[in-house]
Amino acid sequence: MTTDLMQDGRAVPPSPATAGEAGPRTPARRRRREYLLFAAFAAPNFLFLLVFAYWPVIYNAYLSLTDWDMVSSSWHMIGLDNYTSLFADPDFRGSLWTTVLFVVGIVAGGLVLGLATALLLNQRLRGRDVVRTLAFAPYVLSGAAVGTLWLFVFDPNYGLIRPLLAPLGLAAPAMMTDSRWALFGLVVVYLWKNTGFVAVVYLAGLQGLPRDVFEAAALDGAGAWTRLRRIILPLLSPVTFFLLVTCTISTFQAFDVIAMMTNGGPGTSTSILSWFIYDQGFRTFDAGRASAAAMIMFVVLLLITGFQARFLQRKVHYQ
Amino acid sequence: MTAANSLPDARPVATGSRSGVRRAQRFGLYALLVLVAVIAGGPLYWLISSALKTNPQIYSYPPHWIPTDLHWSNFSDAWRAAPFGRFFLNSLIVSVIGTAIELTAALLCAYAFVFLPFPGKKVLFLFLLGAMMVPGHVTLLPNFLTIAQLGWVNSYAGLIAPGLGSVFGTFLLRQHMLTLPQEITDAAKIDGAGHLRILFRVVLPMSRPMVITVALVVMVGKWNDFIWPLIVTSSTDMRTLPIGLLFLKNTETFANWGAILAGAVMVVVPVLVMFFFAQRYIIAGLTQGAGK
Repeated sequence: MTTDLMQDGRAVPPSPATAGEAGPRTPARRRRREYLLFAAFAAPNFLFLLVFAYWPVIYNAYLSLTDWDMVSSSWHMIGLDNYTSLFADPDFRGSLWTTVLFVVGIVAGGLVLGLATALLLNQRLRGRDVVRTLAFAPYVLSGAAVGTLWLFVFDPNYGLIRPLLAPLGLAAPAMMTDSRWALFGLVVVYLWKNTGFVAVVYLAGLQGLPRDVFEAAALDGAGAWTRLRRIILPLLSPVTFFLLVTCTISTFQAFDVIAMMTNGGPGTSTSILSWFIYDQGFRTFDAGRASAAAMIMFVVLLLITGFQARFLQRKVHYQ
Repeated sequence: MTAANSLPDARPVATGSRSGVRRAQRFGLYALLVLVAVIAGGPLYWLISSALKTNPQIYSYPPHWIPTDLHWSNFSDAWRAAPFGRFFLNSLIVSVIGTAIELTAALLCAYAFVFLPFPGKKVLFLFLLGAMMVPGHVTLLPNFLTIAQLGWVNSYAGLIAPGLGSVFGTFLLRQHMLTLPQEITDAAKIDGAGHLRILFRVVLPMSRPMVITVALVVMVGKWNDFIWPLIVTSSTDMRTLPIGLLFLKNTETFANWGAILAGAVMVVVPVLVMFFFAQRYIIAGLTQGAGK
């Protein structure tokens, strides 16, 4: 390969990067060439990010100060009115509360179930690789299809839920059309979809732990529960921290399963913030309010991530 | 170990025999393993098997756990109710072209960060990572307006463009390139290779697993993307599979579960097949950053 390159390099007349011999080459010129090349190489990616990630934040902040309705050609700057009206709106406040329940349910439930699954899959059991694959598979599936599947599973007449509850003497609830159950139903679906991810990450963490610690603990006569609490959990705390951050961020933005299963309903029972923003923007066409709600989501996520990074990481280190 | 002697052994915990406890424990662990497999795989099995049942079988109670004969007409029903072939093609175009562009941009960018000097490179890298903090919902409305201004609403360009910026892929590729032995690229440089040449002839071949990982994860993400295609497409012939499924569900509301489930199977199967063949790469990509 090296000789190949050398021959080709010579065959090409004074290519920019060919060393020395062609023409006068000062280090400064060479350096400038490399700067230019860096700019050229990095430009496409930076351009995409500037136009479709950074500029939208500014644009969104600006829109949130207007009363634009997505249709008319004129609008007014109304300052922080959208924000004050949002916080005065019981639907929005309810949506914040629903988001809290939703995120806590999915993140906490996912961490517990994921860790339990990982501890199980970490045992020397036959077939565990197959189970690991099965558990992870839902995570890569489209939320639209997953939502469809679970609508069918939860169907009180034809769904799996009916034969499963029947032996317990329970009638299947109208899971997704009953406002008392719908949010819980969504949490179940997202747990089904995401727990495999948590389990696989925890499993990788478990397999990276030093064996001798466990052996020493076993010799000291520590029971399984003590080992879990005193050794495994503290050693896994960086993994837990990573999962806490990534799962919180992604759960806040969960949307596809909701759009497929409940449309934020019945009533407003599953209208979490991500649905609320979409609903305001693309169903009610209130761009100002939608952007204001999106800014609030942005700030909340920044605060949560910052908080988790600052306080939890400190705790993680000292444990 | 046969079921016949493992079952009685599962109980004698009370006898206090050590091996009995062990056996009971193992039995319990295997029971849990099966439970996890059933919970994870059961609904998927239910989806695929139900898509192959006749409607009377779908609606019967108690349920038919196994479809008696494979009944493909649900697929043709779905196909008749909505142009699924077209949705499939759209999804394929959007995810393949989008992945090709995003991956190329990410590769060039990662290469520049590792092998080329630039003033303020560190700050630029932080700027790049910062884009990760922007939630998709904040960019929704502005991106729609940008795409509308470009006249790209309801077009492939509009579907693809906003997803092209790569933070995750660039980051992974850069991390990988940092581990490549410097001597090899230096040697290529001395031999007179230009940077493009070094990238495509030296660095790229040495980064194959990482490139495959990033490509697969990016592609799965685009294939499953929901909210952006929902917003930016307005005509049936521009819908991608997930959006097509949403509209199929809304038009066929509970009238024909068989067709709706067949539609869901069409969305799921390509990714599932890819996952079962390339799970090593996909899991590695999706769980990156967890270590440390």
